Amino acid sequence: MSATEEEKKQIVAEGEPAQKHVPGEAAPEPGKPGTWEFLIAIPVFILGVVVCLFVGWVLFPAVLYCEKQQPIDFSHVVHQEAVDEGCESCHFFREDGSFSGIPKLENCSQCHEEAMGEHPEETRLIDEYIEPGKEIPWLVYASQPDCVFFSHAAHINMAELSCGTCHGSIGESDHTRPYQYNILTGYSRDIWGWNIAGIKKNTWDRMKMDDCAECHEEKGTNNACFVCHK
Amino acid sequence: MKEEHQKGHGKTYKYGMVVDLDKCTGCGACMVACMAENNISFRKDDTNKLVSNFWMRVYKISNGLPFPDADISYIPRPCMHCEGHGHHHATPCVSVCPACATDYDHETGIVSQVYTRCFGCRYCMAACPYHARVFNWWDPRWPEGMEKYLSPDVSPRMRGVVEKCSFCFHRLQRARNKAYAEKRREIGEDEYQTACTEACPGGAITFGDLDNPEHKVCKLKDAPGTFRLLEKLGTNPKVYYTTTRDWVQKAADVYVGNEGNGVTPA
Ligand code: HEC
Ligand code: HEC
Ligand code: HEC
Ligand code: HEC
Ligand code: HEC
Repeated sequence: MSATEEEKKQIVAEGEPAQKHVPGEAAPEPGKPGTWEFLIAIPVFILGVVVCLFVGWVLFPAVLYCEKQQPIDFSHVVHQEAVDEGCESCHFFREDGSFSGIPKLENCSQCHEEAMGEHPEETRLIDEYIEPGKEIPWLVYASQPDCVFFSHAAHINMAELSCGTCHGSIGESDHTRPYQYNILTGYSRDIWGWNIAGIKKNTWDRMKMDDCAECHEEKGTNNACFVCHK
Repeated sequence: MKEEHQKGHGKTYKYGMVVDLDKCTGCGACMVACMAENNISFRKDDTNKLVSNFWMRVYKISNGLPFPDADISYIPRPCMHCEGHGHHHATPCVSVCPACATDYDHETGIVSQVYTRCFGCRYCMAACPYHARVFNWWDPRWPEGMEKYLSPDVSPRMRGVVEKCSFCFHRLQRARNKAYAEKRREIGEDEYQTACTEACPGGAITFGDLDNPEHKVCKLKDAPGTFRLLEKLGTNPKVYYTTTRDWVQKAADVYVGNEGNGVTPA
C-alpha cells in the first residue's frame, strides 16, 4: 500500500515538468518556444475538426450507402390519370386482408401489351419485361427487415392514415427517385432517414422502430414486441 | 414498467390451450406441423435431444408397473406462456432476460421472443422449468430446394439465439390483418388456431381465449381432472392438461407425497 503511494508520488514528480508554471510565479519569458507553437496549434486543431467532420458527415455516409436506380422510371402522375380507381387500381387489399404492394407485371400488361406512346421507357418496359414475361424487380423504399410485421390494413382502415404520412410524396411523383441501401445491413436508407444527423422534419422522413413506436404511443396503440415483430 | 408501454386500445385476450392426454396417441403430428409452420430446421440426427430443436415436443411417461397394469401416456409440451402470479407477472424467462428480448404481452397473454434482440446468454433456458426453449447451436439449414417451402410470416432464426413456441403468433397477426381489412377488431375462435391444434388427428388439443366463456377452452380448463405441469412452482401456465388417469396427473406435477395443493401465494 505505502509502496504504491510512494511510486505514485514518484510518477507524479517525474511527470511534472521541471519549470512548471505555478500561479504567482513569473510567466515564461517571451521569445521562448511556446507562444508561436500555440498559434500554430489553433489552425491545426480547427483543420483536424474540419477533416473529422468531413469524414464523419460526408465521406462515411457516401461509403456507407450504395445507390441503385429503379428498373423502370415509373411515373405516378401519368398513371394517376390513366387509371379509374386511383391508387387502389394498383395498390389494394387482397381478400385475406394482405396488401398487394407494388403491382405485378400482369397489371402493366393490361395496358402496355402494345406500345401506347413513343416514350423510350415504355419501349424498354415492353422489350425487357412484358415480351419475355419477366417480373420487374422493383426496389421497395419502405422495406423493413425480416423480423418486422407491418399491417397496411390496421393503418389505412382502422387508424385512417393517409399514404403520405409514411411514404411522403411518392404517390405524386413523376420520376422514381434513386434507392439507397446500407452496405452493412442491406436496409433501405428510408428506414434510417436521408438526413445523416437523424433530423426528422416530416413524419415520413424516417421509419425506425422508435418512429413507429412514437406514433403508437401517441395514439395509445399497444407497443408490445409481438405487435410489430414476428 | 412493463405494463406501461402496453396500454392497448382494444379488448384483451388470454390465449391458452387444453390438451386431453387421454386422446393423445403420441403420433407426433403436432411436432411435424409445428416444425413446418415455424421454419424450424432439422439436424442430421434429430433423435439427439441435446442438439435437436423442437418448439412442440411430445414426452412419453409410463407408470412403471408390470403387465397387466402397465400404462403409458404422452404429454405434448408447447411453450406454457406462463402468466405468473400477482402484480409482477413473474414469467420465469421474462424476469431473467437481460436484453428484454422476451416479454409478456398483456393484450394476448403470449410470451414473445424477438430473435434479433436475443444474444444467446440462455438465462431463459435455465429459468424455464418446462424446457420449452431451445438454443440454435448452428445456423438453420434445409435440404436443397426446401427453402422454397419456408413461411414468410415467421422470421428466421440465426445461430446463437434462443427460440421457442409463440402459439403461432403470426397466425394471429394474419387474422387481425383480415379483421382490419373488414373494419372490425374482434378475432373469432376459429380465426386463430395454432398449427398443432389443427394437425392433431385425435382432436386432443383445444385452443382459444381462456377468458371468453364462448370459447371451448374456457369450459374445458375448469373441468374436473384438469391440471397444469409443475403447478406448484407458481408459474401459472396457460397450457392445461386433462386426463382421467390419476397417476398421469401426479407424475405431471412431480408429485412426491403430501405437498399440499402447490399453488404459491402471490
Ligand atoms: C398504374 C399503377 C399504379 C398506380 C395507379 C399507383 N401506383 Fe404507386 N406504385 C406503382 C409502381 C409500379 C410502384 C413501384 C415504382 C416506384 O416506386 O415508383 C409504386 C410505388 C409506390 C410507392 C412506393 C413504395 C415503396 O416504398 O417503394 C408508394 C408509396 C405508392 N406507390 C403510392 C401510391 C399512391 C399514393 C397512389 C395513388 C395516388 C399510387 N401509388 C398509384 C404503381 C402504381
Ligand atoms: C390503366 C392503364 C395502364 C396501366 C395498368 C399501366 N400503364 Fe403505364 N402508361 C399508361 C398510359 C396511358 C401511359 C402514357 C402513354 C403515353 O402517352 O406515352 C403510360 C406510360 C407509361 C410509361 C412511359 C413513361 C411516362 O412517363 O410516360 C411507362 C414506363 C409505364 N407506363 C410503365 C408502366 C408500368 C411499369 C406499369 C405496371 C406497374 C404500368 N405502366 C401500368 C397506362 C397504363
Ligand atoms: C403507417 C405507415 C404507412 C402507411 C399509412 C402506408 N404505408 Fe405503405 N408501407 C409502410 C411500410 C412500413 C412498408 C414496408 C412493409 C414491409 O417491408 O413489410 C410499406 C410498403 C408499401 C409498399 C411496398 C410493398 C411491397 O413490398 O411491395 C407500397 C406499394 C405501399 N406501402 C403503398 C402504400 C399506399 C398506396 C398507402 C396508402 C393507401 C400506404 N402504403 C400507406 C408504411 C405505411
Ligand atoms: C402515424 C402513426 C403510425 C405510424 C408511423 C405507425 N403506426 Fe402502426 N398503428 C398506428 C395506429 C393508430 C394503429 C391502431 C390501429 C387500430 O385502430 O387498430 C396501429 C396499428 C399497428 C399494428 C396492428 C396492431 C394490432 O394490435 O394488431 C401494427 C402491426 C403496426 N401498427 C405496426 C407498425 C409498424 C411496424 C410501424 C413502423 C414501420 C408503424 N406501425 C408505424 C399508427 C401508426
Ligand atoms: C411499433 C412497432 C415496434 C414495436 C412495438 C417493437 N419494434 Fe422492434 N423494430 C420495429 C421496426 C420497424 C424495426 C426495423 C427498423 C429499425 O431497425 O429500427 C425494428 C427493429 C428491431 C430490432 C433490430 C432488428 C434488426 O434487424 O435491425 C430489434 C432487436 C428489435 N426491434 C427489438 C424489439 C423488442 C425487444 C421490442 C419489444 C420491447 C420491439 N422491438 C418492439 C418495430 C417495432
